[in-house]
Amino acid sequence: MTNPVLHLDSITKRFGPLLAVDAVSLRLRRGEVLALLGENGAGKTTLVNVLFGHYRADAGTVTVDGTPLPPESPRAAIGAGVGMVHQHFALASNLTVLDNVALGLDPLWLPWSRRAAVRARLLAASEKFGLPVDPDARVADLSVGERQRVEILKALVRDARILVLDEPTAVLARPEAEALFATLRAMTAEGLSILLISHKMAEVMAADRVAVLRAGRLVAERATAETTPEELAELMVGAKVARPRREAHRPGPPVLAAEGLSLRDKGRTLLDGASFTLRAGEVLGIVGVAGNGQAALGRVLMGLQRPDAGSVLLDGREAPATPRALVAAGVGRVPEDRLAEGVAGDLLVWENATLDRLRTPALSRAGIVRRGAARAFAADLIARFDLRGGGPDARTARLSGGNIQKLILARALSGSPRVVLAFQPTRGLDEGAVAAVHARLLDARAQGAAILLVTEDLDEALALSDRLQAIVAGRLSLPLPAEEADARRLGLLMAGRWEAHHAA
Amino acid sequence: MRLERRESVPLSLALLAPLGAVAAALLLAGGLIALAGVSPLRAYAEMARGALGSRLALTETLTRATPLVLTGLAAAVAFRARLWNIGAEGQLMLGALAVAWAGHSLLAGAPALLAIPLLMLLAMAVGALWLLGPVVLRLRLGVDEVVTTLLLNFVAILLVGLMVEGPLKDPTAFGWPQSVAIPRDLRLPDLVARSRLHVGVLLAVAAALLLWAAQSRTVWGAETRAAGLSPRAAAFAGVSIPRTLLGVAALSGGLAGLSGGVEVLGVTGYVTTTLSPGFGYAGIVVSMLAALHPLGVVLAATFVAAVFVGADAMGRALGVPSFMADVIVSLSLLSMLVALLLATHRVRR
Amino acid sequence: MSALDLLLSSSLWAAALRLATPLILGTLGALLCERAGVLNLGIEGIMTMGAMTAWLAVFSGADLWTGLLVGALCGALLGLLHAGLTVSLGLSQHVSGLGITLLGTALAAYLYRLWVTVGDLPPTITPFPNLDGLAAVPLLGPVLAGQSAPTLLALAFALLLAWVLARTPLGLAVRMTGESPHAAEAQGLRPGFIRVGAVVAGSALMALGGAFLTTAAFNSFVPGMVQGRGWICIALVVFASWRPLRALAGALLFALLDAYQLRLQVLVDGVPYQLFLMAPYLLSILALCLVARRARVPEALMRPYRKGER
Repeated sequence: MTNPVLHLDSITKRFGPLLAVDAVSLRLRRGEVLALLGENGAGKTTLVNVLFGHYRADAGTVTVDGTPLPPESPRAAIGAGVGMVHQHFALASNLTVLDNVALGLDPLWLPWSRRAAVRARLLAASEKFGLPVDPDARVADLSVGERQRVEILKALVRDARILVLDEPTAVLARPEAEALFATLRAMTAEGLSILLISHKMAEVMAADRVAVLRAGRLVAERATAETTPEELAELMVGAKVARPRREAHRPGPPVLAAEGLSLRDKGRTLLDGASFTLRAGEVLGIVGVAGNGQAALGRVLMGLQRPDAGSVLLDGREAPATPRALVAAGVGRVPEDRLAEGVAGDLLVWENATLDRLRTPALSRAGIVRRGAARAFAADLIARFDLRGGGPDARTARLSGGNIQKLILARALSGSPRVVLAFQPTRGLDEGAVAAVHARLLDARAQGAAILLVTEDLDEALALSDRLQAIVAGRLSLPLPAEEADARRLGLLMAGRWEAHHAA
Repeated sequence: MRLERRESVPLSLALLAPLGAVAAALLLAGGLIALAGVSPLRAYAEMARGALGSRLALTETLTRATPLVLTGLAAAVAFRARLWNIGAEGQLMLGALAVAWAGHSLLAGAPALLAIPLLMLLAMAVGALWLLGPVVLRLRLGVDEVVTTLLLNFVAILLVGLMVEGPLKDPTAFGWPQSVAIPRDLRLPDLVARSRLHVGVLLAVAAALLLWAAQSRTVWGAETRAAGLSPRAAAFAGVSIPRTLLGVAALSGGLAGLSGGVEVLGVTGYVTTTLSPGFGYAGIVVSMLAALHPLGVVLAATFVAAVFVGADAMGRALGVPSFMADVIVSLSLLSMLVALLLATHRVRR
Repeated sequence: MSALDLLLSSSLWAAALRLATPLILGTLGALLCERAGVLNLGIEGIMTMGAMTAWLAVFSGADLWTGLLVGALCGALLGLLHAGLTVSLGLSQHVSGLGITLLGTALAAYLYRLWVTVGDLPPTITPFPNLDGLAAVPLLGPVLAGQSAPTLLALAFALLLAWVLARTPLGLAVRMTGESPHAAEAQGLRPGFIRVGAVVAGSALMALGGAFLTTAAFNSFVPGMVQGRGWICIALVVFASWRPLRALAGALLFALLDAYQLRLQVLVDGVPYQLFLMAPYLLSILALCLVARRARVPEALMRPYRKGER
């Protein structure tokens, strides 16, 4: 390739014993969209963090337009025309859009900020690229899509010629995602070059070329016109890891029924009359873009918060409303935030395994913990669910993300629960761990458990669910049988277009 | 240079941390002693002699350690649950006040076997109540308890002054105002004859043992530990954070209140505004040196007490201002922070 | 004089402004640290050290302004220690701050006792003179005439800090560091450096507040003379919603109530003076309760920032 605008040459990065990026080389042409594809943990984010200067590479160089970049300096990267749109936006919520964009533009020794000039540049870039924003709005008041626009404009105002986007559509609904891609096309027409990280095949196929990372190594580079999603998926995972298949069978009677759940907080409506029915031996998938009430639904169902209105019935009677009662009633809970809620990182594995059921006769007597029984319980879970990385006495934070999720799942599934509430159970896990989680859930389904699967991952929802409902702004659409569901129909439901579905 | 968390901390390192911290503090303080024109080695020798070199010295050190064990436990219990109780000083003073008042009036004629435990319970109750206010403010309004507990220290000392100069005033005392004394038979018996050491020291050690057992063996201990380390995960598991905090507050405030009560019952027999030369704040240092471990608190309290008693002696013998004790203790706190970090993390290039 | 007359007398307002000065400086200093994301509980010790070192410098022959400078420098050094422990090493801001308070008070007492012979009464220096020349100013004349130069300095600092935080690139950088260090780093800034700088500068301001006590308000040093003013400043920062001009107003209001309470003691009979002395502390707690719900805390306050931590 002649004169690439960006050249990453043999970048290597270690974190302690972990080799996150292993001698990866990439070239980006002017005006092209290069997609970086790989599963979770493949090293994509680490690689671009090295590019942008958040991390220092252990080996290798980054060259922009023929000039090498000094390592570990975001300022140098910005100065060379690299702009980054982080997956978790680098914005201060309490400050205004203008403040966030203006930061770093004026030299620090200047006794006054040249606000008017920044405002003009912001509005000009906003106009040029079709990204409307209000400079004086407080970032905390903006929607996720609007915040992403600010994040992008931050880079454009600094005359970025190379734009790096890390999983940009993870938090966008389909229409917004399409709008974003249109904007990206417009940018390339202006001569910008784009490096796009994604694990969504549809987006990757929309790029010009794709580089596949696996376990920190670059395993393939293809022009998208010359490859297929299947080939890419295989390259990404390395082997044909088959995700478990759901076998059809008849569901049993209703076990859990939610009726009209409503919840408001600080003036915002989180849940708005949400209703669903969960039957024994079936998986009910609830799909939706993040931020539509899933977290609130989780808090209500898992006994952490009482709804303002509505009811939840278990076997026709009022469902227990505290975590301990839910555990005792045979409800397994897998929370969305595994590291902050699912386990306490500093506790030992056996302590985390038993915390929610310590006050049962099996694990304690007269207020004294029965240590032997507790450790045996944990050891049993470790063996049955194939947990790797430590025994019952290991510090839980030592385990990998996948093993921590296995621990949480093991805890939820031990004792043959009647109901399993699984919220984003495979977020951030690699293919092997995803397959393991899916297998366990389908297993529980086969044994007659009623499973509620709340997920942002359409593929996962389609693969596991017997029926599907979409959650939008705290409301649930009517259930859609799996046989009638496909990505397009679900996309419409997730975007709030329920008229056709509800009329039928 | 980066800090990487160790997977597990070997016991040897965990024990080395406080020793290293103390050594560093003594080294730094040695420089300040040299400023006084005195050889640090000679000064420390005097300190050791003054604290541990004679029967009198030892009993004095242990007497001084007693309230420090209790305030140390108070701080350890609270900090472990991420409750920043900096108000031990005030809780202590009010516990002392309550004992002085009740011992003189309410329970004056009662048999000692009944009255002394009741007085201790009263001291604990008063201390707990004084901490409950800030904790309720935190739970209901989100007000940080660091500042509220601190400010209440000053209020507590003023309250004691008010009572001691007013209703509880001892008319026969000369000089500094003090309260009327509690009856002789309500005082704690001496542990060692002809010394100030009283049975309260046994009570303090017993409290440490009890607390250690409760923290490591009981469901309460497991749940409070989880609540302090990961409030959200604990809540997810069904631990009620407000209830846990209130329980911890009652215990922490109670221990601090008891500390004051025991001082009155065992050492002075009356209360004044100068009863506590900073026992509450020193208790915080004790708890950190002990890495919040109840048994460690006993050792750390003895060390801090030795520093204070020894510094008094050193001051008299060599003319080094006895504030050196406060300097050593505060330096120990800071160096213990660093030592804990080094014990739990590896330094990497 | 009735209670109402008391409220309107210029001597009350003059006293209030004097009483407010250490509070203004201490609150501004704490505010600056917290705006950058670091809680500095060392304030009580830093103010004590500032008080002692400034006084000692003047006692040893320096002029008053040099004394203030010495005090500020000592505060800056303690601030550097706090910043080193909390920003570079990421240690608990609570415990580090408390340690520095204990160290500051202990060190001040020790060095004072070491280098100054105290007889029946502590030795004195000649403090900053009153600005009698300002009596000619219309309306505020009588109030200003009773002030000394450091008070005007405190007022100037309040205005300066308000301007810097709101209107300069440096102020924006400080604010961003306190809200989202990740965002600051993504724009090419160094959050660590900014935090250290803010803590050092803030601690210097705090120390000036202490130095005022020994070089203007009183003329001698007594260990423990800060009397919890540092903690009141921490409460005032929350009360002022982390804004310098509000901090100025809050400190003035507080000092006014304090001055009023002091004078009321004389008027009202039979009430033990301790109850009056309790008022400032209880008021601070009340102030915290009033603003607690609405407080918009800097988002990254007390969260250590470690680059690239996994």
